[in-house]
Amino acid sequence: MFDLVQLIILFPLLGFIGIGIFGKYLKSEKVIGIIGSATVGLSFIVSAILFFHIISTGLAKPYIVDVFTWIATGDFAVKVSYQVDQLSILFSLIVTGVGFLIHVYSIGYMHGDRSFARFFSYLNLFIFMMLNLVLASNFLLTFLGWEGVGLASYLLIGFWYDRKFPGVRITWTGDAANKAFIVNRIGDFGFLIAMFLIFTNFGTLSYTEVQDIAYIGKNIYYDTGLITAITLLLFLGCTGKSAQLPLAVWLPDAMAGPTPVSALIHAATMVTAGIFLIARNSVLFSLAPITMEVVLIVGVITAFWAATIGITQNDIKKVLAYSTVSQLGFMFAALGAGAFVAGVFHVMTHAFFKGLLFLGAGSVIHGMHEEQNIKKMGNLAKYMPTTYKTFLLASLAIAGVPLFSGFFSKDAILWAVYDDGGFIWWLILTVAAFFTAFYMFRLVYLVFHGKERFDHHKLHPHESPKVMTVPLSVLAFLSVLGGFLGVPYVLGFWFSHHPNALENFLMPIFAKSNNILGVPLEHELHAIEYLFIAIAIAVALIGIKVAINYYSDDRLLHPRRIAEKFKAAFNLSLNKYYLDEIYFYLIVDPIVNGSRSFLWKKFDVGVVDGIVNGSATVVQKIAEALRRIQTGIAQNYALLMMAGIAAILAWVVSSF
Amino acid sequence: MTELFLTLFIPLIGSFALLFINKEQVKLIKYVAFGFSVIAFIVSLTLLLQFNSDNPNLQLTYEKVWIPSLDIGFRVGIDGMSLLLVLLTTFISPIAIFSSFDAIKKREKSYYSLLLLLQFAMTGVFISLDLFLFYIFWELILIPMYFIIGIWGGKDRIYATVKFFLFTMFGSLPMLVGVIWLGQFVGTHLAHVPNGFTTNYELIRQYSHFIPLDYQKWLFWAFALSFLIKVPVFPLHTWLPDAHTEAPTAGSVILAGVLLKMGTYGLIRFNLELFPQASFMYASLISWLAVFGIVYGALVAMVQSDVKRLVAYSSVSHLGFVVLGIFSMTVEGIQGAIIQMVNHGLSTGMLFLCVGVLYERRHTREIEEFGGIARIMPAFTVFFAIAMLASVGLPGLNGFVGEFLNLLGAFKSPFLGSIWYSVISATGVIFAAVYLLWMFRRVMFGTITNPANHGLKDINKREWATFLPIVLFIIWIGIYPSTFLQLSENSTKKLVNKLEKIKFGKERYELPVIPEISKPNNSNIENNQ
Repeated sequence: MFDLVQLIILFPLLGFIGIGIFGKYLKSEKVIGIIGSATVGLSFIVSAILFFHIISTGLAKPYIVDVFTWIATGDFAVKVSYQVDQLSILFSLIVTGVGFLIHVYSIGYMHGDRSFARFFSYLNLFIFMMLNLVLASNFLLTFLGWEGVGLASYLLIGFWYDRKFPGVRITWTGDAANKAFIVNRIGDFGFLIAMFLIFTNFGTLSYTEVQDIAYIGKNIYYDTGLITAITLLLFLGCTGKSAQLPLAVWLPDAMAGPTPVSALIHAATMVTAGIFLIARNSVLFSLAPITMEVVLIVGVITAFWAATIGITQNDIKKVLAYSTVSQLGFMFAALGAGAFVAGVFHVMTHAFFKGLLFLGAGSVIHGMHEEQNIKKMGNLAKYMPTTYKTFLLASLAIAGVPLFSGFFSKDAILWAVYDDGGFIWWLILTVAAFFTAFYMFRLVYLVFHGKERFDHHKLHPHESPKVMTVPLSVLAFLSVLGGFLGVPYVLGFWFSHHPNALENFLMPIFAKSNNILGVPLEHELHAIEYLFIAIAIAVALIGIKVAINYYSDDRLLHPRRIAEKFKAAFNLSLNKYYLDEIYFYLIVDPIVNGSRSFLWKKFDVGVVDGIVNGSATVVQKIAEALRRIQTGIAQNYALLMMAGIAAILAWVVSSF
Repeated sequence: MTELFLTLFIPLIGSFALLFINKEQVKLIKYVAFGFSVIAFIVSLTLLLQFNSDNPNLQLTYEKVWIPSLDIGFRVGIDGMSLLLVLLTTFISPIAIFSSFDAIKKREKSYYSLLLLLQFAMTGVFISLDLFLFYIFWELILIPMYFIIGIWGGKDRIYATVKFFLFTMFGSLPMLVGVIWLGQFVGTHLAHVPNGFTTNYELIRQYSHFIPLDYQKWLFWAFALSFLIKVPVFPLHTWLPDAHTEAPTAGSVILAGVLLKMGTYGLIRFNLELFPQASFMYASLISWLAVFGIVYGALVAMVQSDVKRLVAYSSVSHLGFVVLGIFSMTVEGIQGAIIQMVNHGLSTGMLFLCVGVLYERRHTREIEEFGGIARIMPAFTVFFAIAMLASVGLPGLNGFVGEFLNLLGAFKSPFLGSIWYSVISATGVIFAAVYLLWMFRRVMFGTITNPANHGLKDINKREWATFLPIVLFIIWIGIYPSTFLQLSENSTKKLVNKLEKIKFGKERYELPVIPEISKPNNSNIENNQ
C-alpha cells in the first residue's frame, strides 16, 4: 500500500516533462491547465489515500520505499528512497492540496500569458521537488528537493524575465531571482557541511538511522559540540530557505514572480521547508539545547523585525511577504521552544490563510490591471465581493481572532514560547502579534474600504473569474475551520481528553524528542494559560481596532501624524532597516571590488603573469648580455679562458 | 585489444586520410573528419563490452617492446578511470568537430586533420602504460593545439599560444628527466631488468613504494609540475584564461573537455600510484593550493566581462575540486574526481559551445553586448541554462555528484586530517552560483537593449545535435551515476588499499580476486601479428 508513495512523486514529474517538452505544441491553455492541475490533484488523492491508511493502521514506524541507488562509492551509499510517515504525509497533503488549488487558480490568473505552458511546467517541477524534499528518507534526497525547489523558485521569480522590478540593486526580475538563489546557496552551504558531519560521525544519511543512533546514545550526544554544530549548520540552511534573519532579505524581492508563485512557493510551501527539516530531525535538535535557544531567539526576532516592516509597506505583495517572514519566525520560535507540533500546526494553518491572502492579492492585482500599490486602491469590496470576503476571513485568521485557524496555532506558539523561553521572548512575540493584526487590517481597509483612490476612467476593477474565486472559497473554508484540528488542551479538554487531533496524529514522530525534552505525556491544566489566551485575544482585537480607526479615515491623518512624529523609526521600517544596503556595503561590494582590483588585476595579471612574463624578459636580457660575449674576436675568448682557468685554480687551492 | 587499437588509431588514420582530399572539397573534408571521429566513438563503446569492472587491474593490455636495450615499449591498457576518459575523448571529439562546421572558414583541411591528430594523442595519453610512450603522446598534444589556437584563434592568439607552449614545456622537461631517472633507478636497484633501465609502468608500479622517500620527493615534483600546470592548479593557471579565450570554440571545448583532465589523470596514474610516500608528504600542500584555487578562480570569474574568460576561470575553480578529491586519497574523493573530470568535460564543454553559439552570431563575447537573448532564442536558453546549472552543481545534474564526493572525500580523509579543506572549498559552491547566475542574467534576461541583437536566430539543427547528447549525459550522471562510478570503483579501491596499507598498515576494501592478466595471451597476439 505505502509503495504508492512513488506515484505521488511521479505525477508531477510527468507533468513537468510532458508540459515542458510538448507544451508549445498544445495550443490550448485549457488542456495545459487541466493536465498541470490534474497531476497535482492525482498526487493529492494518493496522499489522501495514504493518509487515511496511516490513520486506520496507526503506522508506528516509518515505512521506507527504496527506488534505486543514487550515489554509491567507497563507504558512501545513498538511495533514492522515500519515507512514509505521519510527518511526510501531512506535508505531502499540504503541498499537493494547496498546490492543486493554486494550480487551478493559475489557469485563470495566467490566462493569455505567452508562456502559459512554461509556467505550468515550472509549477509541476516545483511540486515534484517539494515532494522529494518532504518524502525523502535521507538527507541527500531532501537536499535534492531543497535545491530543486530553489531552482523552481529561481525560474518562477524570473518568470517574466523581461520585466523590471524595483529593489536595492535590482533592476530586472532576474536580479531578484538571482538574489533568491544565491542567498539560499549560503544556507545550503550549511546544509552541505552538516551532511558531511553527519555522515562521518553516524556513517549514514538516512533519517531513521541517524535519529535512532542519536536517540540510543542520547546521554553521550546530549549537548556535545558535534550535535550543536550539526544542528546549527542545518539551521543555517533553514534560515536561507525559510527566510529568517540574517538571510531573510531575499523573500520580499521574490515577489517579482507571478502572484500564484508567491502564494504557492513563497508563502504556503517552500518557505516552510526549514520548519520541516527541523521537525524531521527533532531528535537531533532536542539533543542540542544551545541550538534550540538560537532557533527560538532567531524566530522571535525575525517575527518582530518583519512585522514592524509590514506596517509601513505600500505594495500589497510586500506587506504579505513581510508577513510571511514574520509568521515563519513564529514557527521557528515554536520549534525552538520544543513545541514541534505547534510549529507544524502553524505551517498548516499558515498555508491556508497565507495562500489565500496571496491569491486574494493576486485577484486584486488581476482586477486592478497589475496595480500593486495599496495607496492607489480603495473600496474594492464593492467590485470584488468574493475576493473581499475571503480576504477578510483570512485576515481574521492570521490576526488570531478566536475560533479562526490562526488563533489556535498562534496561541499554542505563544504559550510554548512563554513556557520554555521566558517572559521577555513571549512579550516580543506578542508585540509582533499585535503588529500582525494591525498591518493586516491596514491592508484590508486601504484596499477594500474607504474612498476609491484610483483613476476611474482608466481602471475598471472587476471580480475575477470562477476558476480563481472557487479556490479562494475552498481556502477560506480551511482558514476558518482548519484550527479545530489542533485545539489546545486547555480549551478543549471538556470535549475530549485529547482534543488536539494533530498532536495525536503526530505523536509517533515526536515521541523521542518529547522524551529527551521531558515533555509530559499528559497535559496539565494551567490556570495561567487562560490569562495568556485572554491577552492574545485582546492583542489581536486591539490591533484590528487601531488599524480600523487609523485607516477608515480617508485623509489618513493619524498614520501621517505618527509617521511625522517618529520619523526615524518610520524610515527605518519603510527601508527595511537598511539591511540590503548594509549587506551590499559590508559584504558584497568589498568582495566584488577586491576580486576585481586586487585578485584579478593586481594578483593574476600583475604578480603571476608578471613573474611569467618577467622571467621571459630576464631570460631575454641574459641572452642579450651573453650575446655580447660572443664577439667573434679570438683574443676575447682567450681572455675569458684564462679567467676561467684562474678561477678554477683559485677554487682548487682554496679547498686545501 | 583490437578495439583499443582501433580507438587509438582511427583518428590518426583519419588525420592522414584528410591530407589526400583536395582542399577545395570543404564539405567532404568536414564529413570525413566527422565520420572518422564518430566511428572512433562507436568503436570505443565496444570497449565497455570487453571491460570487466569487477577486475581492479589494468585490462586489455598489449605490450610490444620497441627499444629492447632500454626496455621501452608500446604498452597500452585501460582501467576504469582511463576507460571513462577515453570515452570522454571519443565523445567530445566528434562534437567539437561537428560544432566547427560553420565556425571555421579557412584552411579547413589542416584544421580537421589537426583535430583528429589531437584526438589520437589524447587517447594515447589515457591508455599508455609505458612512461616513454606516455611522454611522447603528452608532448604530441602540443603540436596540434599550438596550431589550432595560433591559426584559428582570436585576436590575441599569438600571445596565448606562446604562453601555452612555454608553460607546458616548462612542465614537460622535468617530467622527461623524471622518466629517465625513474627508469634507471627502478631498472637497476629494484626490478633488476637486463639493461638496468625500464619504462614499463606496471613494473615500476610494483616496486614504487620501495623507492626511498628522498628520491620520491624529487620524482614526485618532476611529474607533478607538469600535471599541475596542465590542470591547472593555482598559481600555475594563468596560461589557461588566455588559451581558452583565444582558442576557437572547438579548441576551447577540447581544452576544457579533455586536455585539462590529462593533468588530473596524471596525478592519479603517476603521482599517487608511483610515489605514495611523497604523495602523503605533499598532499596537504597541493590540497591547499587546490582549495585556494577553488575560491580564487570563482572570485576572479565573478568579475570578468568576457563570457569565455569567465568560463575559463570557472575551470580553475572546478578543477580545484578534482585535485582536492585526488589528494584526499579516499575512495569517495578519487571516485568523485574521476566522475568530476567527465562532468567538467561535459558541462564546461557545453558552456563553451554556448558561448560559441553567441560568438558566431555576434562576433563578440562581451557580456555587456548582450541582454534579453532569452526572448529571441528560447531553445538556446534552455540548453544554456542546463549547462549553467550543471556547472553550478545543482543536485540532479552531473556536477553535484562529483563535487559532493570530492568534498566528502576531503572532509573524511585520514590523509588530510582536517575538515577545513572541505569547508573552505564548499564556499566555492556559493560563488559558482554567483558568477554563473550573474552572467546568465546579464546575457539572457531583461529586454534587448542592443539593437545588434535584434533578429538573432535561434539554434539550428546542427547545434541541437551537438547539445542533445551532452544534455543526455548531464542528466544521466546526475540521476544515475552508478553506471559510471562502478566502472572505476574497484581500481580506485585497489589504489586506496595500497595507499592505506603503506600509511596505516591495513587494507580496508575487499576486492574480487582476479589474477593479473596472463602473459601468454599477449604473446599469442604478438605472434599472430
